[in-house]
Amino acid sequence: MRKESKLVKWLLIGISFLFIFVMLVLPLVTVITEALKQGFAVYAEAISDKYTVKALLLTLEAAVTATVINTIFGLFAAWLLTKFHFRGKKLLGSLIDLPVTVSPIIAGLIFVLTFGRQSAIYPLLEKLDIKIVFAVPGIILATVFVTFPFISRELIPVLEAEGTDEEEAAALMGAGGFTIFRKITFPHIKWAFLYGVVLCAARAMGEFGAVSVLSGHLRGKTNTLPLHVEILFNEFKYVPAFAVSSILVMTAIVILVIRSVVEYIGKRESENVH
Amino acid sequence: MKRSNKRIIPGFGLSMGVTVTLLSVIVLIPLASLVIFTAQLSFSDIIAVITRDRVLASFKVSFLTAFVASLINAVMGVILAWVLVRYDFPFKRILDGMIELPFALPTAVAGIALTSLTADKGIIGSFFARFGIKIAYTRAGITVALVFIGIPFVVRAVQPVLEKLDGSLEEAASTLGASRSRTFRQVIFPEIMPAVFTGFGLAFGRCLGEYGSVVFIAGNQPFETEITPLIIMSELQEYDYASATAIALVMLAASFLILFLVNLIQVRNSKILRGGGKGA
Amino acid sequence: MKKNIRAIALLSAAVIGLVSFAGCSDSSDEGTVILTNVSYDPTRELYEAYNEIFAQHWNELTGQEVEITQSHGGSGKQALEVANGLEADVVTLALEYDVNAVRDAGLIEDGWVSEFPNDSSPYTSTIVFLVRKGNPKDIHDWDDLIKEDVGIITPNPKTSGGARWNYLAAWGYADRAYGGDEAKTKEFIKKLYENVLVLDSGARGATTTFVENGQGDVLLAWENEAYLSVKDYPDDYEIITPSVSILAQPSVAVVDKVVDKRGTRDAAEEYLNFLYSDEAQRIAGDNYYRPYNKTILNEYADVFDLNVDLVTIADFGGWDEAQSKHFADGGVFDEIYEGK
Repeated sequence: MRKESKLVKWLLIGISFLFIFVMLVLPLVTVITEALKQGFAVYAEAISDKYTVKALLLTLEAAVTATVINTIFGLFAAWLLTKFHFRGKKLLGSLIDLPVTVSPIIAGLIFVLTFGRQSAIYPLLEKLDIKIVFAVPGIILATVFVTFPFISRELIPVLEAEGTDEEEAAALMGAGGFTIFRKITFPHIKWAFLYGVVLCAARAMGEFGAVSVLSGHLRGKTNTLPLHVEILFNEFKYVPAFAVSSILVMTAIVILVIRSVVEYIGKRESENVH
Repeated sequence: MKRSNKRIIPGFGLSMGVTVTLLSVIVLIPLASLVIFTAQLSFSDIIAVITRDRVLASFKVSFLTAFVASLINAVMGVILAWVLVRYDFPFKRILDGMIELPFALPTAVAGIALTSLTADKGIIGSFFARFGIKIAYTRAGITVALVFIGIPFVVRAVQPVLEKLDGSLEEAASTLGASRSRTFRQVIFPEIMPAVFTGFGLAFGRCLGEYGSVVFIAGNQPFETEITPLIIMSELQEYDYASATAIALVMLAASFLILFLVNLIQVRNSKILRGGGKGA
Repeated sequence: MKKNIRAIALLSAAVIGLVSFAGCSDSSDEGTVILTNVSYDPTRELYEAYNEIFAQHWNELTGQEVEITQSHGGSGKQALEVANGLEADVVTLALEYDVNAVRDAGLIEDGWVSEFPNDSSPYTSTIVFLVRKGNPKDIHDWDDLIKEDVGIITPNPKTSGGARWNYLAAWGYADRAYGGDEAKTKEFIKKLYENVLVLDSGARGATTTFVENGQGDVLLAWENEAYLSVKDYPDDYEIITPSVSILAQPSVAVVDKVVDKRGTRDAAEEYLNFLYSDEAQRIAGDNYYRPYNKTILNEYADVFDLNVDLVTIADFGGWDEAQSKHFADGGVFDEIYEGK
């Protein structure tokens, strides 16, 4: 019986490694080897190109802004959905998750419809000289949209498992909302929260479809890194395209390492508490 | 008891306000403009648009490939979650850390890399080509890209449930003489099922709408490998907003339905989680 | 409760502020003019070179610096984005029909076609075949494409402007070959598209599929795209010019609404005007576009096959008619796929 179990164990582990190797590692290796195909000098030149740097800065700007907005939203939404009972809670929960399953193309399209030239509010925007679509705000909006539920989704299960007893007790003793949150709730969700932030930032950096609809592809102005990759690819500059991709791959890996560390520390801490 | 905690904890108004405001600005109002645009068409026009042969064929391609990919992910997701929770082995942390990579990697980069791997010239593609199997530029290629996109969903949904499920139930079952496979089928499986469905649903919804990686690998042949998001793009390029939004609306309704089902299951799921965590 | 409302208002304001922070448009200051040129895929190399000589020219003319922001993509998509509010001072697109879409959005005035010489087409091109070295499938003309074992790569005419030229060129050939018998012509087009292996969404995507991923035996391509591939990989490909092709006229126009708002009309008009100068025409020729200027075109006689019989869009009754007959929903292109 134990022998059979061991066989099953290593078989399953083998399958897992094979699957992850073929589906995730090989594509990454492809990106890196293609990027370095013509030597390091070409690689360095590609990633220090003026437009690459500008695209990187824009990507960071969009990712940071989106993460900040979603952090604010995620905290409030998670608090609302786990600490209170009210009508329409399920519906609200579904609406918050909706952006995950909305096609990126549709995500881009809805912002073009809302803020583009045929929208009712376009004349107003034009008067105020605010550009949203085909400009940086549109890119940020699209990024916020696609990463919208990332933080609240991480927080809700933790808060739900924790229940509301402690907060109720504190409230009955007269503590204010912010104090309760800071002293009681936040320590519980600290790690889940950080984990959500990291994921949100990672996803924000890599968004392609929605941003592509909204960007206008203005070189050096509204091109994010993923769009810059597409442009280089379309210019038949394959090596630079993969070189720029490798920046994104490495950022993704760094972010995921941070995520693992965060999770590890969080787990150890919660084990120590027990 | 449940009703009474409604207002004991402060901050209901504020958090409700912030949540609803941001939700409206970022999600609801933009989505509403989609509905408004579609309303320019009459109902029969909408039906005519979405039942055109090519559109129907694209629904079929999109749903079929997304379904197969999510199914593969459901099976692999359970295996991965099981391995990560129950076993110790070298490089476990690295394996665990890699699961979210598809979230972090731009879909276009993934699409380009997967295409060059699975085309007849690529490492994987040349292997399969020997058996006369083509991957890139076929539905199989689309499925590969979608499997890539959907990996994290099932794993991350099942993992916490397996962690909470302590060994005592299984031990009891095996003491009572149940075989390993029977324990899995009758004890573990029912417990993780809701989580598998949640993960499957989210992956399915995400795969249905995926564009960036699929266009590179699909071949985009009408009736064969043309996905619905691409049809929306081509309608837009013909300046046919009404048709594009009508098709988009169908996709949107599908994703909302999927999510609503997922959330229904999740409510039950979280009861299990809570019961497993606190009731013990 | 009041405090809550204030907090919400503050937060919303902060979010909106954050989002629109970078949204203020950059207007040109005295010393520098900033122009945005929204163009299509295969003109990247051309405008990269042209922008340099124009900057010099404008500086000599006015003493001002000029900075040009380029945007490239599928022609139809680019036109759509301009119509939706992408602030382009000039559009340089793959075909008249796409510029008309911008006009229909009310951004370009009627009669733009006659604003610059040669129907506002400073350079033209045509459709040729790119085949693998040695031409293993023995492809010389359109009728070789419908042989059973030939795999064709061409983009989707519904999403790509260049692909519409491909389609119309094939139609033009069949129309002549069958003496105007439309049923036979349709049959020919249908057979041709049955041999298409990958229908990419844009011209550049199709070239990548053919060149990088090794799909198919023949790529239907813009002449300039084909020459670029041959230049990059001289040992792998060769160009076949068919007996009949189409005169592809990429169109340029000033976006009136935008230049009037931004005060950049003079620079924008000169930008397009200067495309017709000898210097710019040679840049077009160097980038494998056929210069409009006959004398300069003849300088490139050893590059281009000048004897190819070219049909024009006028033979199809103009773009509006071609579009509605062939490419609109339910048009001939849909028909050949739906009849499968």
